[in-house]
Amino acid sequence: MSENTQPQEREPMFSAKVLKLLKNPFNLENPITVQVLGICSALAVTVQLKPAIVMALSVTIVTAFSNLIISALRNTIPSRIRIIVQLVVVATLVIIVDQVLKAYVYDVSKKLSVFVGLIITNCILMGRLEAFAMGNKPWPSFVDGIGNGLGYGLILVIVAFFRELLGSGKVLGMKIIPDFFYKIGYVDNGLMILPPMALITIGIIIWIQRSRSTELQEK
Amino acid sequence: MEHSNKYIFIYAIIMVVVVAVSLSVVAVQLKPAQEDNIRIEKMQNILTSVNVPIAEVPKKEVIEVYHKYITSAIGININGDVVETNADKVFAVDLANELKKKPEQQILPVFFATLDNGDTAYVVPLRGKGLWGPVWGYISFKTDFNTVLGTMFDHKGETPGLGAEINQAWFMDPFKGKTIYDKDGKFTSIQIVKGGAPDDDPHGVDAISGGTITSKGVEKMIFDNLSSYQAFINKTKKQ
Amino acid sequence: MENLFNLFVRSIFIDNMIFAYFLGMCSYLAVSKTVKTSVGLGIAVTFVLLVTAPVNWLVDTYLLKPGALAWLSPDLADLDLSYLSFMIFIAVIAAIVQLVEMAVEKFSPSLYNALGIFLPLIAVNCAILGVALFVQERDYHSIAEVTVYAGGSGIGWFLAIASLAAIREKITYSHIPKPLRGLGITFIITGLMAIAFMSFMGIKI
Repeated sequence: MSENTQPQEREPMFSAKVLKLLKNPFNLENPITVQVLGICSALAVTVQLKPAIVMALSVTIVTAFSNLIISALRNTIPSRIRIIVQLVVVATLVIIVDQVLKAYVYDVSKKLSVFVGLIITNCILMGRLEAFAMGNKPWPSFVDGIGNGLGYGLILVIVAFFRELLGSGKVLGMKIIPDFFYKIGYVDNGLMILPPMALITIGIIIWIQRSRSTELQEK
Repeated sequence: MEHSNKYIFIYAIIMVVVVAVSLSVVAVQLKPAQEDNIRIEKMQNILTSVNVPIAEVPKKEVIEVYHKYITSAIGININGDVVETNADKVFAVDLANELKKKPEQQILPVFFATLDNGDTAYVVPLRGKGLWGPVWGYISFKTDFNTVLGTMFDHKGETPGLGAEINQAWFMDPFKGKTIYDKDGKFTSIQIVKGGAPDDDPHGVDAISGGTITSKGVEKMIFDNLSSYQAFINKTKKQ
Repeated sequence: MENLFNLFVRSIFIDNMIFAYFLGMCSYLAVSKTVKTSVGLGIAVTFVLLVTAPVNWLVDTYLLKPGALAWLSPDLADLDLSYLSFMIFIAVIAAIVQLVEMAVEKFSPSLYNALGIFLPLIAVNCAILGVALFVQERDYHSIAEVTVYAGGSGIGWFLAIASLAAIREKITYSHIPKPLRGLGITFIITGLMAIAFMSFMGIKI
């Protein structure tokens, strides 16, 4: 990864460089499939699309703002308690997100249960804070956070889409597969709802992605 | 960058203060909305147990619908005496806390529902232990306080696909029409039968295959909770 | 007793941290290349879990839960600090990991050499915070239950990472489609292992 640390001139808000920060995480620097960060807390919420979308948005908000805050403070943070400061900032944001979810989207927050809390230990956060926010200005850090959060969310949403569609014949809770199919013998694949298929779906996503972008292949 | 200990110390203190203040503000601000959610969920659960299709009702109207059906509520003690008549206070009773007290000190809620056909139904809250954690729910009875009108179960973290199925319609629906007393008036509660209950069993329903411990937990929950209501049920029946 | 044994077996095989909840995947994927290091990490995780989960349970029961402060004074019975639990849990975990690291270094340098490099990694291992949060959510009643659950989860994690590492050591000799090499096949293997572990679901004890 090339991190740009050189001093920046006055740039337009969305210069090519900043746009790249937003775009790269979707493919070549995807946090899940390429950087292998932050798989932990999220796959368990991909049984249905709605919780996955809420989870993706929560992670995006937390990455973006923790990047912003840490980047703004980066010159004042004593290096010896750096990790603690980062953890505290992240934990604070996660608690706020959790409280907001509980207050406004209660049913989804019940489904996410402990996994909102587990955003704290999501490696994407610490990874981006250490690798990017500690060495860059607030605005690019903020954009980097959004990019990584969304790139991560993209995978969650893809996995959840297929699991909900194939597992219960629904998308966002609405029946998609017509009754006609069930009459002629189509059955929902119950295995898709169970945890193992989340892993295998990601494996397949990686397969497809790396077949297209050969530079990502491992020896 | 090396900083002095004093700097680090002051930095940490400022950080803790800022974080503590902002979190307390957020928590206090959002508390009412969160409590409303919990209250509305409880109303939805009670209404589900008397077979009101509450899932189709928008959240804002739940309170209205609740008061339409649930006309009053009382708190009783183990001897069947009424100890609380304020419906709001009864609604606020947290069964989990009550069950921790001694049986003589518990306040046990009973909700009275008036159904669309004018009949009265009784709703009794339940709470017990599943495999992983608490299970709870509501069970409602027809006017005879014997035939089950409907049930509602939920759980905190039972195994998905197994124990977690207790909140699904296929598990809850068979309870309807079962009775908790036999012909001689003896309390039988409801058995959850592993391997399936015979169709003509008036007191038995099917267990979840693979979810035996959760099923047994639900059975025990129904038995234990209803046992405390025996005195009250007998008094009600005599009237 | 029977209950505890049941909980123990289930937390190892059925509610396995990795196969059922995907917790601790980051270090699981990063470290599972050789059996030796994954065994080290597995032991370290189990050890840290056994220490942190009971401590976090105590903190939750006597400080954070609604009404938990009633033992200090009856006036505090209405206080609900549970919104702070994420912060406190992660702080407790970070502090204990640090303490464990120092203690191990002082009393058993050989163990420190074996586990030392893994300990700092563990503070941000989702499995540790995950167990603390699951314990809170599932409302365990006694410290025995919590300890047994933590131990079982740790051993389950250990089993998962050690067996994956063994498979990965062998798989380097196989012909895998190029795009799947490395990460891709690891995910798929983990998925297949998870399916195998699901066969334990039917166990009744």
